[in-house]
Amino acid sequence: MKEAIAGTLESGDIMVKIGPGKGLEVELQSSVEAQFGRQIRALIADTLEGLGIKDAHVDAIDKGALDCTIRARVTAAAVRATGNDVWKD
Amino acid sequence: MRNSKVVSLEEAIQLSGLKDGQTISFHHHFRGGDKVVNMVVDKLAQMGFKDLKLAASSLSDVHKPLIEHIKNGVITGISTSGLRGELADAISHGLLAEPVVFRSHGGRGSAIAKGELKIDVAFLGASSSDELGNATGHGEKSVCGSLGYALPDARYAKHVVVLTDNLVEYPNMPQSISAADVESVVVVESVGDSSKISSGAIRDSKNPRDILLAKQAAKVIINSGYFKDGFSIQTGTGGASLAAVKYIREEMISRGIKASFALGGITAHMVKLHQEGLIGKLIDVQSFDKVAAESIHNDPLHQEVSAVEYASGEHLGSATHALDIVILSALEVDTKFNVNVLVGSDGIIRGAIGGHQDTAADSALSIIVCPLLRGRIPCVVPKVTTLITPGKSVDVVVTEYGIAVNPARPEIAEKLKEAGLNVVDIKDLAAKASSIIGTPDPLPFGEKVVGIVMNRDGSVLDKIYNIK
Amino acid sequence: MMFVPGNNPGMMADAHIYGPDSIMLDLEDSVTMAEKDAARLLVHNALKSIDYGSTEMVVRINPLNTPYGKKDVEAVVKAGVDVIRMPKTETADEVRELEAEILKVEEEIGAVGRTQIMAAIESALGIVNAYSIATASKRMMGIALGAEDYSANLKTNRTPGGAELLLAREQIVVAARAAGIACFDTVYSNLDDMETFRKEVELIKTLGFDGKSIINPRQIEVVNEVFTPTEKEINKARAVVAAIKEAQAKGSGVIAVNGKMVDRPVVLRAERTIALAVAAGVISEEEAL
Repeated sequence: MKEAIAGTLESGDIMVKIGPGKGLEVELQSSVEAQFGRQIRALIADTLEGLGIKDAHVDAIDKGALDCTIRARVTAAAVRATGNDVWKD
Repeated sequence: MRNSKVVSLEEAIQLSGLKDGQTISFHHHFRGGDKVVNMVVDKLAQMGFKDLKLAASSLSDVHKPLIEHIKNGVITGISTSGLRGELADAISHGLLAEPVVFRSHGGRGSAIAKGELKIDVAFLGASSSDELGNATGHGEKSVCGSLGYALPDARYAKHVVVLTDNLVEYPNMPQSISAADVESVVVVESVGDSSKISSGAIRDSKNPRDILLAKQAAKVIINSGYFKDGFSIQTGTGGASLAAVKYIREEMISRGIKASFALGGITAHMVKLHQEGLIGKLIDVQSFDKVAAESIHNDPLHQEVSAVEYASGEHLGSATHALDIVILSALEVDTKFNVNVLVGSDGIIRGAIGGHQDTAADSALSIIVCPLLRGRIPCVVPKVTTLITPGKSVDVVVTEYGIAVNPARPEIAEKLKEAGLNVVDIKDLAAKASSIIGTPDPLPFGEKVVGIVMNRDGSVLDKIYNIK
Repeated sequence: MMFVPGNNPGMMADAHIYGPDSIMLDLEDSVTMAEKDAARLLVHNALKSIDYGSTEMVVRINPLNTPYGKKDVEAVVKAGVDVIRMPKTETADEVRELEAEILKVEEEIGAVGRTQIMAAIESALGIVNAYSIATASKRMMGIALGAEDYSANLKTNRTPGGAELLLAREQIVVAARAAGIACFDTVYSNLDDMETFRKEVELIKTLGFDGKSIINPRQIEVVNEVFTPTEKEINKARAVVAAIKEAQAKGSGVIAVNGKMVDRPVVLRAERTIALAVAAGVISEEEAL
């Protein structure tokens, strides 16, 4: 796994950086930390586990993204980091 | 001149007889450009005062130096309409031992008039003053227009100090603050940063969501039954509020309807309608921009009003009692139509009550315009974080996902439905919000009361707890 | 049909609140090559999660002869898109190739026949082949003009009056009508010139188009104003529809309004007027019955 980034710092988006790690380590800064921080961390971990990724370090900066956006950005960063696409070639 | 009241700030403070534990007051007409609060409190700290109670009409970002004065024990109590920025953040986290008392503009006026809020020394910034203390919001350097929020302080405080950066020849006429109420005049380098006091040109919102909300709000007004010749109106300064004025104007022209007066914080938009003959008179407690500040100075049908005569609940002559329609914003509205405009959904204070409680309660039709969602923050919620304006005074809530009408006003719901507007149940709006963003976790409030929200009649509406 | 860039989650989240008939999430021209993968995932997840209500959801994919096209098809068909808009369509064979790709994915997920196709025609060759493109697939729901590429291909420029597009527009309307499908006009991108935009919408309505592509919610009101029938038109149409019902009730084949016989085209036009009025929300569906 190499380091890769997906997403932007625009409002309603989340920027996700994924790199090598031991176990799943998720660091999150969120504009909605108090209300959704816990849920966003769980969603990031859940998305990565769904992709079969058990070891990774994630740095995410969230600007109020919806769950579907978080899932998409985490997946995009993971695909870029691992080189394994979720769609067929 | 003989009897000149001009002294230095230090002399004015000495002359006032101010003692530790007493109450000092300020107004917020210089908004984000205000230099008076920080200047005076710095001086008081330097002179060794402690345990002062600060009664401001409102406080904002620019007042963050108060954090140090609170830590040093110079300021131990605050009452205000609003708090923003780092000061608000620190207070939300428990900086001040005593809770901040929040009042609406009308509520503050009433409390001062009734003696519930006793002011020992008022320090009132003015754009110009003569040597006797006849003062106005018009001057050479720092123009603010109306001084409406300062007028109860000038009239009822035991001792009044006017601070100005433009000393003019006696008599400064027509005056807002009368020399009869003023004990000292202090001439300073600057009372405010004029670029931050008021914006220059009007900027119409191009945000499509604001435009959508504005059009819906305008349609509500036009079809409410209150849109008829001689109606009166008040609007806020948010993008959607200002844009709504544009659509109402078009409809006034096409139907030949004229308004009798516009009230409250006056903007260039309202001045334009007035100059076009669409609004008869402007009653101005706060001039929001340079155009409004000019107009109040030059136009006899554009008049200043004190906070008491503007919005006091008990003063039967107050203008809000004659108001037909008000458009207001909100941070949150709940399914009982209660509104919060003070505490963010993260539990941190970030707003002001302003005239919200007053105009919603007294107007014939109160319309709250707010998006259902601000990013991932819901604005229509099961229960507001903090109660500011009780639901019984709120009639209509306009969102981009539909318009909710208070069940207490079925006749309005009927009219809006007939006009083809998308009238929905407010509970469905709250459900829609949570279906999009999920259910937020409860906020980590502590046990300490950091703020008390007063109703305009002087009763306690809600308490704000510290956030961890 | 409102165009929304496929890599902008903020705009994708609530594009439907402005009330467009359809939303086209774009994976093609508005997305840079480096972001094609991320935009595809965003669009896939948005389609799966966001409740766009009754808004028809269209995705413009990248051409199949790029490295992105087939993945785009897989991602959006799996997410349940209503319509795939295929860019730069020039021949019926290209449509059939897309159809085969769609079918492959639909078979895999057990949803055969769910996805419709819209072909954007953006070249002289495409215009020449408009009818064969329009009839190339049962899934074809409409054809649309893409004027920027088309005018470049013609070696001309776009003008406010649109003289350079006249043949293309007429050809697309005629081909669509002959094929029994819908037709949509191109975008107008100067947001500050609402007057020219309105003239263009009036022109394309006269030409027979079913709708206009737009790039900003501010343009929706103008399109609706132009396309919404007037009260007079609606009343006239209702009289015709009422006469049809009366004739049916009587078992009579002759339809008359105010004593005058009504021809079939008049009936069709009346039905279309009512349908447009319902679509524009001027009258409710119950009122239309």
